[in-house]
Amino acid sequence: MTQRSTEPILEINSVSMHFGGVKALDNVSLTVNRGDVVGIIGPNGSGKTTLINCITGFLKPTLGTIAFHGRDITGKKPHKVADMGINRTFQVMRPYFTMPAYKNLVIPLSSPRAKRVGGWRGGGRHGDRNTVAVDILEELGFERDSRVPYKLAGTLPTGYLKRLELGRCLAMRPELLICDEVFSGLSASEISSLVPLIEKLNAQGITMIMVEHRLVELFRVANRVMALSYGEKITEGPPQDVISHPKVREAYLGSEEDF
Amino acid sequence: MSEPFKQRRRERIDRGVKVRSASIYALNSLEEIGYLLAPRMLLTCCFLFMPLALSPWPYWGRVGLSVCILALLSISFDFLANYVGLVSLGGAFFYGIGGYISAICNTEFGLPPFLAILVATILGAMICTIALLPCLPLRGIYFAIVTLMYPLLMIRLIEAFDILGGTEGFRGIDGFNSFWTEQYGLVLGLLVALFALRRFVNTDAGLVVRAVKDNDQSVRASGISVTRTKAKAVFLASLTGCFAGAYYIHMYSNVGISSFALDLSIMPIAATIIGGSGTLVGPVIGAAILVPLSELLRDFGSLRIVVYALVLTGFVVFRSEGLMNFLTRKYQQIERWVDIR
Ligand SMILES: Nc1ncnc2c1ncn2[C@@H]1O[C@H](COP(=O)(O)OP(=O)(O)OP(=O)(O)O)[C@@H](O)[C@H]1O
Ligand SMILES: [Mg+2]
Repeated sequence: MTQRSTEPILEINSVSMHFGGVKALDNVSLTVNRGDVVGIIGPNGSGKTTLINCITGFLKPTLGTIAFHGRDITGKKPHKVADMGINRTFQVMRPYFTMPAYKNLVIPLSSPRAKRVGGWRGGGRHGDRNTVAVDILEELGFERDSRVPYKLAGTLPTGYLKRLELGRCLAMRPELLICDEVFSGLSASEISSLVPLIEKLNAQGITMIMVEHRLVELFRVANRVMALSYGEKITEGPPQDVISHPKVREAYLGSEEDF
Repeated sequence: MSEPFKQRRRERIDRGVKVRSASIYALNSLEEIGYLLAPRMLLTCCFLFMPLALSPWPYWGRVGLSVCILALLSISFDFLANYVGLVSLGGAFFYGIGGYISAICNTEFGLPPFLAILVATILGAMICTIALLPCLPLRGIYFAIVTLMYPLLMIRLIEAFDILGGTEGFRGIDGFNSFWTEQYGLVLGLLVALFALRRFVNTDAGLVVRAVKDNDQSVRASGISVTRTKAKAVFLASLTGCFAGAYYIHMYSNVGISSFALDLSIMPIAATIIGGSGTLVGPVIGAAILVPLSELLRDFGSLRIVVYALVLTGFVVFRSEGLMNFLTRKYQQIERWVDIR
């Protein structure tokens, strides 16, 4: 495992998000330290995606503040937040359907952040971004010499699209990577190939927040888990403690089939 | 096993072009480059020879220039609508702003035509981009309807406040010093605009622009400002439109509120549909069909618009993909014999 510090990189302070009468989030607080892999679990509609939208600027919380490296980012524009190094995948996948898979990554590679943080050869030449894009896709299990990376994203099956979502984030050189259910919709074998990748990314120093329904796999990678129910935080702690928490069992694990 | 048996098979001429390795198109012979370049050269040559061919008939020479003007406006429309996802009905706005600025540069500040056109193109594009900034977050029909208001608003403002020469406009603007400069200035302008935009949409910056059309949320999530990207695209489109307007007023030596006329916003749509949406070249072909057709139909008097409408409808119904997409498909289906190695 990576050396985990107690240096907080993301601080969520009493965030509430109301949609009219619906309290999608109610007074949720969470601190993410550098190097953490924090899991967020909760039944459908418990506010997990809403929390991600609040962090990444796609929604402005009704109440509360969010700070990244001690700087207030509440209500900042999504592209500003992404530019700071908080990158997220979308639960409902949002590839560029009309472009080949590798071109999907050329867009984040053209972003100001990718130019600044770089880490890839060249520095703006057309051909280069394409190669880097294929490199990243290869790491995610797109076979380089097959036709898959060059196919239109609209024609790819779910498994590849999920990984393409991850790829778009990785191209940004994220500091905090937020995954919204990257495992769901994948087969067991696909997941078991993704888990080592997640571990590797974490070992490279990327802090992660993972929203998941697939608890077994989540608990393999997460060092801390927060459970939400109806927008409220029930508990937070090491995976074993969370899973044995009576309220979690009641709210989330009414069906034990995940075990 | 004496002579190696020579076999031949038929294959499509774009085969070599379709085979790709990582990012580059593998072109393995001059012949293949030829197949790729031939259509481009054909179009370029047509436009370069047009002034020569039309020089005996000054009237048709002017028609040729009108083709170029409409082509420029149509490229601008096609680029915004089909690459950026902004369906703009403000073509007349770009055109009028370019025209008026060039007129002022020429009559007030005494700039020679080509310099005035250059200033009008750049300054006009900046003004148009700033003017359109507030509507960039709008999409689809909302953007269309708001941009439609801009030229109409200009007409009313000019009439009501009697600014910019009022309903009279500006007269006595310098023309070009010869038939040839007039012709080639515009033809070159069109070719530059066409090839530059085609090149742009295939660069990484152009890819980002197209991504905004495909999925703007993901563009945001990639740390790129959607508004700024759209603004850049609008700037490029208005460069093209302003150039057309600026050039036109020097051809006829006057500018008036007709530079903001509605058909300057509508005709490009027809040309784009006939020629093929999302191809940039298509709209040029569309313009080359529509303008001469409309001239030929002058003899029909009031029936002109009927025939015109029938032709348009025919194209939309029978060739809804547009001529360019149709021709591209047919061209790529041409087969040739090759030796099997
Ligand atoms: N834009 C919105 N407008 C109104 N209500 C919303 C909006 N977005 C989310 N909600 C509501 O907020 C609640 C939380 O939704 P959210 O998508 O965050 O749940 P989730 O935990 O991600 O669920 P799932 O596991 O199904 O993804 C739901 O009741 C949902 O209906
Ligand atoms: Mg969700």
